[in-house]
Amino acid sequence: MAATNAGGPVAARAEEIWKVYGSGEAQVVALRGVSAEFGRGRFTAIMGPSGSGKSTLMHCLAGLDTVDKGTVHIGGTEISTLGDKALTRLRRDRIGFIFQQFNLLPTLSAAENITLPLDIAGRKADPQWWDTVIGTVGLKDRLRHRPSQLSGGQQQRVACARALMGRPDVIFADEPTGNLDSRSGGEVLSFLRQSVREHGQTIVMVTHDPVAASYADRVVFLADGSIVDELANPTAETVLDTMKRLDTPSDSVML
Amino acid sequence: MFRATLKSLLARKLRLVLSGLAVILGVMFVSGALVLTDTLNRTFDSIFSDVYAATDVSVTAKPKVEVSEMDGEEVSAPLPASAVETIKTQAGVRSATGRVDADGARVIATDGKVLTSFGPPRIGSNWTGTDEMMEIRSGRGPEAPDEIALNATTAKLAGYAVGDRVPVLTQQPKREFTLVGIWGYTGGRDSISGVQEVAFTTPVAQELMLGEKDVFTSVTVAAADGVTPDQLRDRLAPVLGAGYEVKTGAQLSAEDSASLKEGMGFFNQILLGFAGVALFVGIFLILNTFSIVVAQRTRELALLRAIGASRRQVINSVLVEAVVVGMIASVLGLLAGIGAGAGLGALFSGMSGGMDLAPIGVPLSAVISSFTVGILVTVVAAVMPALRASRIAPVAAMQDVATPDRPLTKLTVAGTVVTAAGAAALGTGLFVASGDSALYLILGGVLVTFIGVALLTPLISRPVVSLLGRLFAWSVPGRLGRLNSGRNPRRTAITAAALMVGIALVTGVTVVMDSAKSSLKAEAARILKAQIMISGDQGGPRPPTYDPAVVDRAEAIPGVRAAAGLYNDLVAIGGERSYIAATEDLSRLAEAYGTTAAKLGADQIAVSAPEAAERNWQAGSQVSIQTSRGEAHTYTVSQVFTEDTLPGSIILPAEAIKGFGITQPVLGFIRLDDGVAVSAVLPQVKALVADSPEVSATDQQTFVDSQAAIFDQIITMIQILLGLAILIAVLGVINTLALSVLERTRELGLLRAVGLGRAQTMRMITVEAVVIAVFGALLGVAVGAGMGSAVARALKDDGITQIVLPWDRMGTYLALAALVGVIAAVLPAIRAARLNVLNAIAHD
Repeated sequence: MAATNAGGPVAARAEEIWKVYGSGEAQVVALRGVSAEFGRGRFTAIMGPSGSGKSTLMHCLAGLDTVDKGTVHIGGTEISTLGDKALTRLRRDRIGFIFQQFNLLPTLSAAENITLPLDIAGRKADPQWWDTVIGTVGLKDRLRHRPSQLSGGQQQRVACARALMGRPDVIFADEPTGNLDSRSGGEVLSFLRQSVREHGQTIVMVTHDPVAASYADRVVFLADGSIVDELANPTAETVLDTMKRLDTPSDSVML
Repeated sequence: MFRATLKSLLARKLRLVLSGLAVILGVMFVSGALVLTDTLNRTFDSIFSDVYAATDVSVTAKPKVEVSEMDGEEVSAPLPASAVETIKTQAGVRSATGRVDADGARVIATDGKVLTSFGPPRIGSNWTGTDEMMEIRSGRGPEAPDEIALNATTAKLAGYAVGDRVPVLTQQPKREFTLVGIWGYTGGRDSISGVQEVAFTTPVAQELMLGEKDVFTSVTVAAADGVTPDQLRDRLAPVLGAGYEVKTGAQLSAEDSASLKEGMGFFNQILLGFAGVALFVGIFLILNTFSIVVAQRTRELALLRAIGASRRQVINSVLVEAVVVGMIASVLGLLAGIGAGAGLGALFSGMSGGMDLAPIGVPLSAVISSFTVGILVTVVAAVMPALRASRIAPVAAMQDVATPDRPLTKLTVAGTVVTAAGAAALGTGLFVASGDSALYLILGGVLVTFIGVALLTPLISRPVVSLLGRLFAWSVPGRLGRLNSGRNPRRTAITAAALMVGIALVTGVTVVMDSAKSSLKAEAARILKAQIMISGDQGGPRPPTYDPAVVDRAEAIPGVRAAAGLYNDLVAIGGERSYIAATEDLSRLAEAYGTTAAKLGADQIAVSAPEAAERNWQAGSQVSIQTSRGEAHTYTVSQVFTEDTLPGSIILPAEAIKGFGITQPVLGFIRLDDGVAVSAVLPQVKALVADSPEVSATDQQTFVDSQAAIFDQIITMIQILLGLAILIAVLGVINTLALSVLERTRELGLLRAVGLGRAQTMRMITVEAVVIAVFGALLGVAVGAGMGSAVARALKDDGITQIVLPWDRMGTYLALAALVGVIAAVLPAIRAARLNVLNAIAHD
């Protein structure tokens, strides 16, 4: 099935994308003709068991990986044909990232980490937006600290602020709470949801945690490289139920 | 455990290759030196056994002044023709041939230039017919006074054929001969080991080569049938008495060969010295590599500890790795050394004009020392990292890999103590002690300070690297590179220290040499008043000389105020060897030199004040001087002159010159009348020395520059040789960067993900490399300038009166270091730029 956005403008779109790793007997099909749209100003979660292709889908959408077939659009730009230079620029200017491992530069202070993508692009942060973001993530008194002096939750909030600061078209979050305790994770997730609700940020998040997915506006389920289901306005329970259903033999799944 | 070690070793091939390269280069030098020595030794043995193959017994006169060939001193000791007759009449003698055989017969080639020789002598001899080794190639032996024969090497080099007129320089000025014969040696050899030979008739050879009639250099004696050389020697020795040396051919062959080998020892020392530098720098590199390897394997080693490996086993696992690396590097280094030895041997034989090289052999000593040095150096460098590895707590297996930087306290304390001790020794040597003890204190202090600074490098690296980095911090990649270079002070420091060693040595030598050069120039400008000099470059044991008649003719040129020639000889004074000078007329020499002195009488000498003080002579002292030839003569000290007002420290009268080893002047001083331009006279003087191609007439400035040129040559040589140490240091920088890239895979991935372009990534790595390299060079230049100044200061009494810091050269070294950084960064930077972003950020 194709996961379509229920009307409204589209921030990112995948059309019939295929991704195959290896060849011959070792061939693994990670994505088999996935089509999906991610609405602007929406918080979408991609879920699925390990090996379902959810990370691959996100990497292809974010221009970190190339697709073997099909097209990917970010806003109005088709990115599946872009070279390294253009992709680098695209990532720099129009995409934000949040990783499971935080991935902060240990040599830079929190503030420097937050402005890093802007610095690379040679742009200045909008002071008003800076105050808003820093205020929202609650890092005001931690800005001069090095990552090693921050807790995991704080580090991830720095990473969130970094992703938000350039006001990218889309933020891709890869298991952002995977390394956090539930309280810190909850903080990060509400903060992400807040940025969607209040500032119209688009976020696509890969997760396998039903609680994390419940913060999203919409959940897309992947299994064996295909989209198998989706859920609007999810709660932890409905997500869990869907997952359980997907885990049982496929013939019993109502699609 | 052993298998686990080997497995992890193979997994890091590239890194080990890089660190192993330093050991390979060091071992290459060691084994190369030994292979070369062995080959040359066998070559010399075979040459001399050839030279003396036709000699049963040889008789020579005991030299009047003891000489050693190692110092390049040549002094002939002629024996009278009567001795040949005496020997002929002895029982057991089949024949006795008087031989003239002396270095210094210089053939002027068809192009008008004197045939040069690096090493093998240019022998002038008397033709005594062919022996069983010689074969006439064309023509015949010389029979008339104006006839000569040449060996085939000389004829070929100079481009002469039988019938040509050949000019030859000897003890006497240029003379022309007709070439009547060319000879070679058995086995198709043109000469024995590239020696150039000119054969005259006996009287001509005596006159030209020895300067006396009826004397010979040696007598070759053939034993009658049934008499062994040893028996013949024992019979002749008592007959001839104490004034003669009687030796068998075998004895002479062994002696000559041994003395040449000794001369080669110096060359060997140089090679081994550079092996030492290479290995010293290599230790830094290996230490760094193993430290990093251990840091990276923290988890793995902790796991081994957690599942029950003992500390000793962990230490052993690191040391086994070191032994394997050392062993492989030794094998490769040995092979490279054999190649280098063979190459140098060929170069050597080429330079000496076709010496027949013995086949290359690999002496056992080369194999043993290669492995000893290679393995020892590697293991020593790995001990510290191994100990550190053993201290990893098992719990580290469960923790995050991040290894916090250990505090530098201990290192800093040690470094400060060592530096302070070195500085104290230096200070004492410079300002308190005097004489030899001062020199030793200074040299020791320099070495200790060197080590102290090396220990302090991590501490210094923090502020300096941060400051240096600011130069590049104008862009984001530059800023990131700067931060990265300051990240691990120890690693940065060790990498930079390796570069420091090479650059400090080069800078130190440069400072000493430039100081010496500038002192020499200043001295020359102060004391040398002669405007025109006659001199030549000495290319062998025999100094270049010119026709004595030139001096008088030069003085006759209008506008010349005075001209004087200077003669040198090695003499014995009270049994001690010294170099002395002589001139035709001291008053003329003084005038040409810009001072005044009285003419010396036939039995009078002039002595400089310091020389007189040292020897405890006063005006009126009686001194017996034995020149190279002739009889000892007693002179009276008639003048004691202020140092530097005349050339040399002991000056003999003209009458002494005939007893000198070389009876022609080696230097000439010409002073012009006031107001006469040098350019007006110089061409005429040049024309006068046209027949003495070994020397040239130059103005004062050119002369001083050419005298100072030797220092530039030494600097160039040191630069080339220490370039090797710098090459090894570059490997260190590459190694460190490659590891940094590897360690920071995730960070690089993130940077690429958030939009750092490939070019920017490369720039970031390059800045890191350049900062490290420039830091090392900066330290090296600073330490080198300090050490060099200290050494130059220590040599104050030896004539280094000025200390010059060569800013331009030091600037060049810094610029080169920056270039080195850029080059070292190429591969790691490409690797970083090619990094797959996905792999870099994907979680485990």
